[in-house]
Order: sequence, then structure tokens, then C-alpha cells
Amino acid sequence: MTRSEEVAMTERKKLALLLMDAPYESARTTTALRLVDAAARRGLDLTVFCYEGAVALSFARQAPHANAVHGRDVAQEDHPNPKDWIAALMVQAEQSGGRLAWINCGLCVDERGVGEVAAGIGRGSPVDFWKAAEAADNTLVIPTRG
Amino acid sequence: MSKRILQVVEGAYRATIEEQDDTVVWFTQAIKGGGADVTVLLRGHAVNYAVKGQDASGLAFGDRKQTQPPDLSGDLVRMIAKGVSVYVVRDDLAARGLTPADLVDGLTPVTTAEIPAMLGRYDLVWHW
Amino acid sequence: MTGYLLIESRDPLESNDASYGYDLAAGLARQGAAVTLFLVQNGVFPARRSASTAALEAVVQAGVEVLADEFSLRERGIQGDRLPAGVAAAPIDAVIDRLVEGRKAFWL
Repeated sequence: MTRSEEVAMTERKKLALLLMDAPYESARTTTALRLVDAAARRGLDLTVFCYEGAVALSFARQAPHANAVHGRDVAQEDHPNPKDWIAALMVQAEQSGGRLAWINCGLCVDERGVGEVAAGIGRGSPVDFWKAAEAADNTLVIPTRG
Repeated sequence: MSKRILQVVEGAYRATIEEQDDTVVWFTQAIKGGGADVTVLLRGHAVNYAVKGQDASGLAFGDRKQTQPPDLSGDLVRMIAKGVSVYVVRDDLAARGLTPADLVDGLTPVTTAEIPAMLGRYDLVWHW
Repeated sequence: MTGYLLIESRDPLESNDASYGYDLAAGLARQGAAVTLFLVQNGVFPARRSASTAALEAVVQAGVEVLADEFSLRERGIQGDRLPAGVAAAPIDAVIDRLVEGRKAFWL
């Protein structure tokens, strides 16, 4: 890393987000990804900690499907899975001069059997979210409901 | 100095049997153990976590028994013993027909009207 | 005094706790804090004139900046030019703006 990159990293605002919702269960997931996208486009330093069902967002074995109700094959349906959105967000963050660290709660991963994760996904504990929150300029917890 | 964190717990009994814990109460205990300066405010249905005599034991699925049911009020007592202040919203208790005699010891009551001022005393407010 | 950002994704018609969020936002504003209530997802429904709108207007009257997510409004066919006075459509970036600003932020 060059000195100017170090300085830029130091000056870049840091946010920490916590997500809880499993994929395909709540509109909060889409809103969360929109927030991550907005932060990534600004080149912010963002840590996303996935707790509970949200750890499945990055499961590597997600697969797209066709849509017979609409008469679309897999290619036509063009339905990205959450892991694909996350990968694109990581690229966006880097292209914008920022950083996106995506970390799953390890015990939540284990009990859900979703340990096969997409590339670049980390594993941690609530203490890691707390540490990210201590280091961040701000945090937002997006709780689940029900 | 660590940031002062207020955990506002509103959601209640979501997956507490499956998880054998309330996952937000558990999270709080985990970060407290890691060194966080954390306080809990129970509101809405979560005030019921302070009620004595909750019993979720005895479930079995087929011949597989649950041997470690959640102990929600016990977790609050343990957190209080470890120095976590646990506040409970008095209005929400009353709305649910609860009095102090129904609750475990060590809680600090607060009214809904007092919450805005309370939020100002914390660096971070995490609402669950 | 630190400002606040409250995010509400529920409609009072589906949850009494949405009213708690409105009251909390108003209470914080009455203390003198800068408060933004950002409505998103079904939380934007009161922005279409209905029985729930008066409660939202009361929040505006208390001095809260009430923003409604542009995408959520469009998704539900709520036209921006029909929002109640004091409720403005805003992009999701408004949340990031206020997080970066350092507002104490929580999702109700």
C-alpha cells in the first residue's frame, strides 16, 4: 500500500452494518443491499456482519432457476442469487476506492450448515462486530422481525 | 474508552426454542464478555423476558428431546450479576398486566417518556 | 447535541410499534435534537393519504425531518407529488449521508 493509499484509508469513513434476515424472507434484505451499494459507490470502508439467517446470504451453493410460471428458462429469468449481489458489491467497493468486508457469525453458519461460502467471505463472532463498531464512525443494526 | 452501547430489545420469543437462547440477549452476553460497555433496555413483548416462572421445557420432536430449553429470565439475572444494567419499560409491563412482583430482581424500570433522554446517554443504540 | 436517524419499515396499520417509532422521533425532536425519520418498505404507506397519515403529519409538526424512500414509494405506486406536506421523497443515500454525519442511527 502506498502512503497516499494509507492516508486515504485513514480518512475514509468507516461504517459497520449488522444484518439478520435470511435470504428471500424479508424486504429488509433488499434495503440492506441497497445501503451497502450506496456506501460502496462512495468508496466507504464498510464492514457487514451477518448474524442468524443472514449468514445464508453468502452460501456458495445457491443456484439460479427457471421460471415456468412466466415461461422463462434460467438464462431468460436472469435471477441473481444473493451471493452474486454480494460479489458485485465487493467489486463496486474496490472500484470506488473503498472496502467491503463481509463477515458471517461462525456459530450461526455452523447451525445452518452453510459453511460453504462464496469467495472473500469471512467468519467471526459478535465480538468482531463489536470491534468493527468500536473502530467505525457509525453503525446500523438491521434487526429481523417475527 | 469503549463506546457506550444501548441494546434495545423489542422482538421476543423469535426462534428462542430453536436457538435455545434469545439471540439478542446471547449477543449481548457475548460482547460483554469481549469487553463491551453495554446496557439493555427491554420494551414491547421483550419485557416478558423478565417474568419469573417461564418454563419452555419438555419439548420433544419424535424421540429427540430438548434438554436445554431457553432460560430467558435467568439470562437477565446472569447479565445483571456481570454488571450489565437491564432496564424495563414500565408502561409496557403495565399494558401486559405485569407488576414488579412478577419479575426477577435487579431490573431498573423506566417509562416510555424517559426513553428519549435515555438514548442521549449512549454512543450507539442498537435496536432489535 | 447529536442528531438521530430513525428508520421505520413498518406501517402503523400492520404494527402498533410503528406508532412507538413516530412518538420516539417526535420526543427526540422535542428535546432539541435534529431527527430524521426515514420511511422505507411498507413504512412508506402512510405517505399515501389515509387514516395513518395524520400520525405522520404530527411527527412533522414536532420538528422531525420525515423522508420517504423514493424506491419504496415508486414500488408501491405512491406518486411523489401526492406526499403530505413535510414528507419528502429521498434516495437511499440519505441514510448513508446521515450515518456518515454521525447521527445516532437505529432501525425500529
